Amino acid sequence: MSALLQVQGLAVRYGAVAALHGIDFDVHEGEILTLLGSNGAGKSTTLRAISGMIRPSSGTIRFDGRDITGLPAHEIVGLGIAHAPEGRGIFGPLTVDENLRLGAFARKDPAGVASDRERVFALFPRLAERIHQVSGTLSGGEQQMLAIGRAMLARPRLLLLDEPSLGLAPQVVATIFRILREIHAGGTTILLVEQNASMALATAQRGAVLEVGRIVLQGAASDLAASDDVRRAYLGVH
Amino acid sequence: MTRVLQTLMDGVAVGSTYALIALGYTMVYGILRFINFAHSDIFMLGAWFSFSLAGVFGWTLAGATPPPWAAVVVLLGAMSGTAVLGYAIERVAYRPLRSAPRINVLIAAIGVSLLIENIGQLPIAFGTQPQRMPSLLPDAVLFEVSGVSIRLVDTLVIGIALGLMAALEWLIYGTRLGLAMRAVSTDAQTAALMGVPVDRVVSATFAVGSALAAAAGFLYASKYPGINQPAHATWILLGLKAFVAAVVGGIGNVRGAMAGGLLIGMVEIFGAAYLSPHLRDVYVFALLILVLLVRPAGLLGRATVEKV
Ligand SMILES: Nc1ncnc2c1ncn2[C@@H]1O[C@H](COP(=O)(O)OP(=O)(O)OP(=O)(O)O)[C@@H](O)[C@H]1O
Ligand SMILES: [Mg+2]
Repeated sequence: MSALLQVQGLAVRYGAVAALHGIDFDVHEGEILTLLGSNGAGKSTTLRAISGMIRPSSGTIRFDGRDITGLPAHEIVGLGIAHAPEGRGIFGPLTVDENLRLGAFARKDPAGVASDRERVFALFPRLAERIHQVSGTLSGGEQQMLAIGRAMLARPRLLLLDEPSLGLAPQVVATIFRILREIHAGGTTILLVEQNASMALATAQRGAVLEVGRIVLQGAASDLAASDDVRRAYLGVH
Repeated sequence: MTRVLQTLMDGVAVGSTYALIALGYTMVYGILRFINFAHSDIFMLGAWFSFSLAGVFGWTLAGATPPPWAAVVVLLGAMSGTAVLGYAIERVAYRPLRSAPRINVLIAAIGVSLLIENIGQLPIAFGTQPQRMPSLLPDAVLFEVSGVSIRLVDTLVIGIALGLMAALEWLIYGTRLGLAMRAVSTDAQTAALMGVPVDRVVSATFAVGSALAAAAGFLYASKYPGINQPAHATWILLGLKAFVAAVVGGIGNVRGAMAGGLLIGMVEIFGAAYLSPHLRDVYVFALLILVLLVRPAGLLGRATVEKV
C-alpha cells in the first residue's frame, strides 16, 4: 500500500509551548489509522496541522506526494482533505442545509455534490429529516452526524475525524462507528483521533500512540490492542 | 394629523439612511468583532464623493440642469469609490492586525478616522468650506394630503434605501458569498476548513458595508443638501447615531441594524418635532441607554445557541 499522507518531523508550538516534538507517521491509501493518546498528547494539534488550521514550526506534510505544509486551510480542503474538528465545529445559527452546503463550498461540480448529498442522507437519514432545522438545536449525536456528513460533502480522499464519539451515548457511538466503516468501505481513507481506544482499535487497521507530543508506539491495530502498555493506559485493563 | 404624516416621512427617510450606515458597523462587527470607528468617515466621504463627482460633470454650477440619469451615475460612482476605499483600509490598516489584541485594531480604526477627516479638509481634497449638494434626485410634490405635501425626493430617498436593504438581505441570505459571510461570522476557523477564503470574505464585507454608507451619504445630502464642514461636527455625529442604531438593534445582527436605524430616525425626528428640536441627539442617546438597560444585547441581539 502506498502512503496517501506522509508526516515527517512535524513539530508545532503554541507560543512558547511545544505541542508536537517532531512526529513521523504515514496514512496508507484506503486504511483507517487511529491516533490514540491521553488528554493534551497533541492529537488535535496533529490534525490541525494537516488541515492547515495551524502552521507547523518545522517538518513536512505530503499529501498524495505533494508538499502541503503551510498551505492555507481553505486550499487544503480543495485538494481532498476534510477535517471534522474537535467539538464538531457546527455553525449553530445556520440550518442543517446551510452547514451541508458549506461542506461542499470548495467544489465546482454541482452534479457530484447532489449525488454526494444523497449518499450522506442515506448514511444519516436523520439529517434529511431535519434539513431546515437550525443546527444549534440538534442533539449532540445529530450534530456529530452533521459534522461527519458535512465533511463527506467535500468528497475527501482523506477524512480527519477528531473524537467523533465524544459525549455520546453508547448506542449512538456504535452507530457512528458503523457509519465510519461504511464510509471507509466506500473508499475514503480515514485518520481517526479517539479517546475510545477499544472501539477505535476494533475499527482501524493500524494505530499510533501519542504521548506528550511524541509517537511512542505504532503498528497494526490488533497488535496495539494486544499490547500490555496500550491495554493498561487506554483500554482500562490492569 | 398632517404634521404626523410629514414627520413620519422625515423619520423614515432619516432612519433609513441611519440603517444603511448601521449595516456597515454591524457587518464588520459580525465578522471581525470590532467596531470600525472609521465607518462614519466613509459615510461622510460618500457625501463628499457624490458632491465632487457631480462637480466633475459640472452639475454643481449655478444654473446647471443635471440630466435624470445624473443621480444614478453619482450614486454608483460614490458607492464604487468608497467600496474600493473600504477594501483598501481593511487591507492596509486592519489585516496586518488580524491576530493582534482587539484594542490595537480599535486604535487603528480611530487613527484611520482621524486621517480621513483631516486629509478631507486639505485644500486639495474637499476643503473647509460648506458646500451645497445639487438636486440630482428629481423633486416634485407627488400629492397633498390635507395640506402636507408628499415630496418625490423623500419618496426616492426612502425607496432607494429600502431597495438597497432588500438587495443586501438577498446577498446575505440568498447567495454563496452571503453564506460564506454568515459562516465566517459564526466561526472563521471552521469556515476556512470548509474551503471559505476568509480574507476575501472579509474584504467583500468591507467593500459592501462602505458602499452602503456611501449611498447613505448621497441620500442624506439629497434630502438635506447643505454639506457642512468641519466633518466631525455634523457627519461624524450622524455616523455615531447610526452606530447607536446598530447597538440598539443588536450589534452583529443585520436585520437589527435595519430596525435600529428606522427606530432611531423616528425617535429623533418625532422628538424634534413634538418635544424640542434642540434635544434631538439627546433622544437618541437616551434611547440607547434605555435599550442597554432593558436588553443589553440589543432589540434583535440574542445569545448564540451552542452545544458541547
Ligand atoms: N491554542 C492553544 N494555545 C496554547 N496551547 C495549546 C493550544 N491548543 C493546544 N495547546 C496545548 O497543546 C497540547 C496538545 O493539545 P491538543 O489539543 O493537541 O491535545 P489532544 O491530544 O487533542 O487532547 P484532548 O484529548 O484533550 O483533546 C496541550 O498541552 C495543550 O494545552
Ligand atoms: Mg483533542
